[in-house]
Amino acid sequence: MWKTILRRFLIMIPEVIILSILVFLLAKAMPGDPFTGSINPKADPAQIHHLMKINGLYDPWYQQYWNWVVHLFHGNLGNSYQYQEPVTRLIGGRAANTLWLALFTMILTYVFALPMGVYAGRHEGKLPDTIIRVYTYVTYCIPFFVILVIGIWIFGYVLGWFPTTGSISSDANGWIQTLGSRFYHILLPGLLGALFGTVNIVQYLRSEVIDAKHSDYVRTARSKGVPSKDIYRHHIFRNSLLPIAAFAGYSITGLLNGSIFTETVFSYPGMGLLFVNSISYRDYTVITALVLIYGILNLIGTLLSDIILSIVDPRIRIQ
Amino acid sequence: MAENFEQHSDISAADLARLTQEAQAEATPSTAKIIWSEFKADKPAMAALIIIVGFILFVMIGALFINTPKMMETNIMGYFNQPFTADYWLGADSAGRSVAKQLIVGSRNSIGIAIGLTVISSTFGICWGLISGYFNGYIDWGMQRVYDFMMMLPMTMMIIVLVTIIPHYNSVTLTFIFSIFYWEGTSRLIRSRTLAESEKDYVAASKASGTSHWKIIFREIMPNISSLIIVDCTLSFAENIGVETGLSYLGFGLPAQTPSLGTMIANANDPNNITQYWWTWFPAALEIIILCLSISYVGQVLRRAADSSQRQGSVN
Repeated sequence: MWKTILRRFLIMIPEVIILSILVFLLAKAMPGDPFTGSINPKADPAQIHHLMKINGLYDPWYQQYWNWVVHLFHGNLGNSYQYQEPVTRLIGGRAANTLWLALFTMILTYVFALPMGVYAGRHEGKLPDTIIRVYTYVTYCIPFFVILVIGIWIFGYVLGWFPTTGSISSDANGWIQTLGSRFYHILLPGLLGALFGTVNIVQYLRSEVIDAKHSDYVRTARSKGVPSKDIYRHHIFRNSLLPIAAFAGYSITGLLNGSIFTETVFSYPGMGLLFVNSISYRDYTVITALVLIYGILNLIGTLLSDIILSIVDPRIRIQ
Repeated sequence: MAENFEQHSDISAADLARLTQEAQAEATPSTAKIIWSEFKADKPAMAALIIIVGFILFVMIGALFINTPKMMETNIMGYFNQPFTADYWLGADSAGRSVAKQLIVGSRNSIGIAIGLTVISSTFGICWGLISGYFNGYIDWGMQRVYDFMMMLPMTMMIIVLVTIIPHYNSVTLTFIFSIFYWEGTSRLIRSRTLAESEKDYVAASKASGTSHWKIIFREIMPNISSLIIVDCTLSFAENIGVETGLSYLGFGLPAQTPSLGTMIANANDPNNITQYWWTWFPAALEIIILCLSISYVGQVLRRAADSSQRQGSVN
């Protein structure tokens, strides 16, 4: 098993290198240069030329790439043009918001999906199963941003139950109020994300439970006289839980990619909204950094899931 | 063959005709027949199919009669006109432009891009999956690494960045940009089926008799998994409607002067529009929901038709 994990890591290294080259080349392809915004329009062209030269912008691209990577490892991602502040500090402030929202959504997704999956599998072919199947089908095919817009319209504006912008209200002071206000702001996006993101877990768990129902250990438990409720709770559910836990990595990846929509609709100041704003202001240093961060987070999420799956399920280990 | 048969056989012509008929009756019915009987057995599926086909035809033909540049002109007299009036069936937006007309042209654009995206990305994904699954070993390994890499990229972000870099783009370039990132799901599915299919005897027999690889892949394996391909294309069509509209909603899809269902829903970003002037965005949102649900429902029916154990309709 350690071999599998090691192999998985080794494959990851070239992926990260290619990603960083791709991101670097995309950044080069964008109009503008690193001095945009830090010099005034009256600057002497010869001076700019000099600045470009001493900063190595006339070097061949591989040398520039190397310098960029060295800066990257020193934690220096450049300055944001729009916010006039180091990109690392800017993103650091926003990352927490995005990660909290993603974590909250993921926990809620599991809270909704686990009982539904087990229940659907237990009552396979009966009415509750059909209802859950229709529910997962409907939630799966509607584009998520449409749900967000309709959700904020009904619950945020018409009914007025939830805040419609921001991550914290301006009059929140004190420790408890701050925490409460933050929670209140992620409640609606979290609920919508969870209610409409259960499909994978429910379907996987359902088929897992249906398979387990006919397995030998369940038959043994039944013949021993274990009550049906306990069989589901202690035997089947525990066995099906581990592969489901492995979905967490993929789930985080999906939520991060969806965060662009969620944060735009709810004007929630996270990394997704920062990305959309930076595109509008052509703030290239921020864009590059965010694409790189999202790529690496995606990679870590998939890696995590793959490792858990290979621990849990010996069948998928690479020979 | 036929002449030989008549010379040496004792079976009369009438018997032959009867036997042929019996054999045809017992043979597996054609795919089209199975799908048709499946739709006949499932009334909601029939309704969904009629909605989709009727709506797409209506939008495609209707958009021909609308002068788009003229429609997009600002008309101050129609500022937020109420819906359900003679001039504005679905009201007007902040620039006094008819929502109903924008909806027709926007649907044409969005559905057109979704169809183009489905055709391009599915063709690529199918070829990728077939080749990767058929040639096992190093080719498959390499292609899988490319797949892993593509899965790692933050898709939405990459598309937005590419749209920003490219100075002039229209719906065709946009479709190609989307296609770069949306072939993975299809390729994974086709690959796993091709892997299973390549193990079968007919492929081994074909290889032994010296058929070329490409002929085996595209003339023998592909027809055998055609039902899977049809189902996958339908389901990804439903998904692809969400791709373009989602990016247009964010403001990185079609340019502002080209109406799309996504840009219409983006009207909801204004707190005034979302509550008071609901008709500027709600019809578009409703339309996307109905279209996506109908198309995926048709996809589910096709999936049932492809899997003989789940069929509800009876042929004959």
